[in-house]
Amino acid sequence: MADIVIDRVVKEFGSFRALQEVSLTVNDGEFVALLGPSGCGKTTLLRIIAGLETQTSGRVVIGGQDVSDLAPRKRGLAMVFQNYAVFPHMTVFENVAFGLRMQKASQADVKRKVERAAALLHIESYLDRYPAKLSGGQRQRVAVARALAVEPAVLLMDEPLSNLDALLRLEMRTELKAVLREAGTTTIYVTHDQTEAMGLADRIAVMYGGKIDQIGSPLEIYATPATRFVGGFIGSPPMNFIKVACSGGTARIGEAALPCPMAGKDLELGLRGEDAALSPNGSGIPFDVRVVEPMGSHLLLTGAIDGQLARIVAPPTAKVNAGERVGLNVDPSRVTWIDGSTGRAIARA
Amino acid sequence: MPARTSWIPYALIAPSVIFLAALFLVPLVQTVWLSVSAGDGLSLENYRRMAGDLNFALAVKNTFLLTLVVVPLQVVLALAMATMVTKLDKGRDLVLWVLTIPLGISDLAAGLAWLALLQNTGYLNSALYALGLIQGPVGWLSQETPVALFFAIVLAELWRATAIVLVILIAGLQLIPKEFAEAAEIFGARPWTRFTRITLPLLKPSLQSALILRTVLAFEVFAVVYALGGRNFPVLAGEAYVWQNDNQNYGVAAAYAVLIMAISLAATAVYLRVLRTRPEQLP
Ligand SMILES: Nc1ncnc2c1ncn2[C@@H]1O[C@H](COP(=O)(O)OP(=O)(O)OP(=O)(O)O)[C@@H](O)[C@H]1O
Ligand SMILES: [Mg+2]
Repeated sequence: MADIVIDRVVKEFGSFRALQEVSLTVNDGEFVALLGPSGCGKTTLLRIIAGLETQTSGRVVIGGQDVSDLAPRKRGLAMVFQNYAVFPHMTVFENVAFGLRMQKASQADVKRKVERAAALLHIESYLDRYPAKLSGGQRQRVAVARALAVEPAVLLMDEPLSNLDALLRLEMRTELKAVLREAGTTTIYVTHDQTEAMGLADRIAVMYGGKIDQIGSPLEIYATPATRFVGGFIGSPPMNFIKVACSGGTARIGEAALPCPMAGKDLELGLRGEDAALSPNGSGIPFDVRVVEPMGSHLLLTGAIDGQLARIVAPPTAKVNAGERVGLNVDPSRVTWIDGSTGRAIARA
Repeated sequence: MPARTSWIPYALIAPSVIFLAALFLVPLVQTVWLSVSAGDGLSLENYRRMAGDLNFALAVKNTFLLTLVVVPLQVVLALAMATMVTKLDKGRDLVLWVLTIPLGISDLAAGLAWLALLQNTGYLNSALYALGLIQGPVGWLSQETPVALFFAIVLAELWRATAIVLVILIAGLQLIPKEFAEAAEIFGARPWTRFTRITLPLLKPSLQSALILRTVLAFEVFAVVYALGGRNFPVLAGEAYVWQNDNQNYGVAAAYAVLIMAISLAATAVYLRVLRTRPEQLP
């Protein structure tokens, strides 16, 4: 059992609060992606779990044991560093073998496990080279192989595929997921690539400004964002936020009316571009199209609803021209209502 | 853009080359020349006289012994100190400053300071006497106590010149990103393993510089030895001094100088070879 419980962890660097009361539970064998913009504290949280940084307050529990005061090497985990930290004075083979050597694994064991990890990451042909002779993406794969070779119970990865080209990244992603699932490795995976997080993770924790805004399955995060930030960060195009006035449980935009919750005065309508359909007769929410971008699989329409910027996704064959006003039909059950003063979503009825 | 002219780098480096040639190469050639000329032709007479001298074998032995004891001790001490200093958060600069004070003191002054401590009427004897540990003045630096004299010189040299190794090693340690040691720790390396498997190999270029510098200087050791032991502890540079000033024989003095240079060059060559870092292994 190697579940991870992060319990109200706070980290301060001097007077700067990098993490504010972060709590997160990762179940045994689960794959959780930490997703968030640059500087939101992802690496800091990972380093605290690994024991490379000491939290200002709070606890980290791994496999039922409070590891807050335990040295990193006693926490039974492996890590892929954001800047790789591949040892420059060792060959790729010795780098990948490092953890096994520290465990005093037998020569045959080392060879077998290193070769397996190397094959998985397609670095077999560089095994006797030194890291300085490798590209950034190759070095990054060495770092991943080094972590996989020890077959850890807990694996922490800090943007492990960020330096690979799109094709290789997709391939590695799939293989990584399969291997980790098969081994039952508890994984925390830091990324700021949302498609990576969506594709890989059992659950996604979205971080923003030193706290976790929302944690849930990829679908939950996408469909029911807990804050304006999550809605805007996840999905492409990002969720649209339209300020509306709500009176008597109904919000009016043009002639269209939507049932709205009666809470807070600055109410915002959170609408995904995919959740609006062009109405055949121009009824519904009026949308002034300014730019039409054919993306192949769909049309991306940029324009304004009630004078506020919005992006809508339309079928690739839709007949829409720039400068036109079209009507949008919206399923009230698919919209998110945001309390504009707090930025938090209002609980659905 | 005009074609890059290739003479510019040479022109720019010329002043320093000329400066070095005038102040270093010329005296060097002169010294070598002096050492191989006797009477009116080329001869090895000076070297023969040097090697035949009573003190020669002793001076060679003492110089090597001193170097072999002092330099490794200095490197070990400096490594330990550097590791500790780089771990400090507050007061690091102050500690470093205090540790490097001996560097600002000339070697003769340092020798005299240790003489004041260790001579018959020095502070050490006074302290031991006050504690009732000795009955009267004890000679530490005389011909009759060669071991004590040797250790006094070693002590003074350690005090005087360990800081230069320390400064070089601290600079080297600061160049090693801390992620390497962190990664090693995550993968199960204990502190000593991290030191031997990660820090030391990555510190090799700095160790090499420090060793070359310290070894060359150790072969030239003179003022501290002279202040503490006079000719009770003959060393190569001291013999050169004696032949130059007391015996007024510049040829033999030059032969000693050339010998010291040859030893230094050989030591440097060994370090360059043994501690070389292949370019692909650099961070
Ligand atoms: N050692 C430190 N001292 C002071 N501030 C720090 C330190 N380490 C991180 N921070 C600050 O903490 C915040 C979070 O940093 P962190 O490295 O965790 O971000 P991140 O989410 O990993 O970002 P990225 O996606 O760019 O890697 C940043 O504002 C950073 O400036
Ligand atoms: Mg980071």
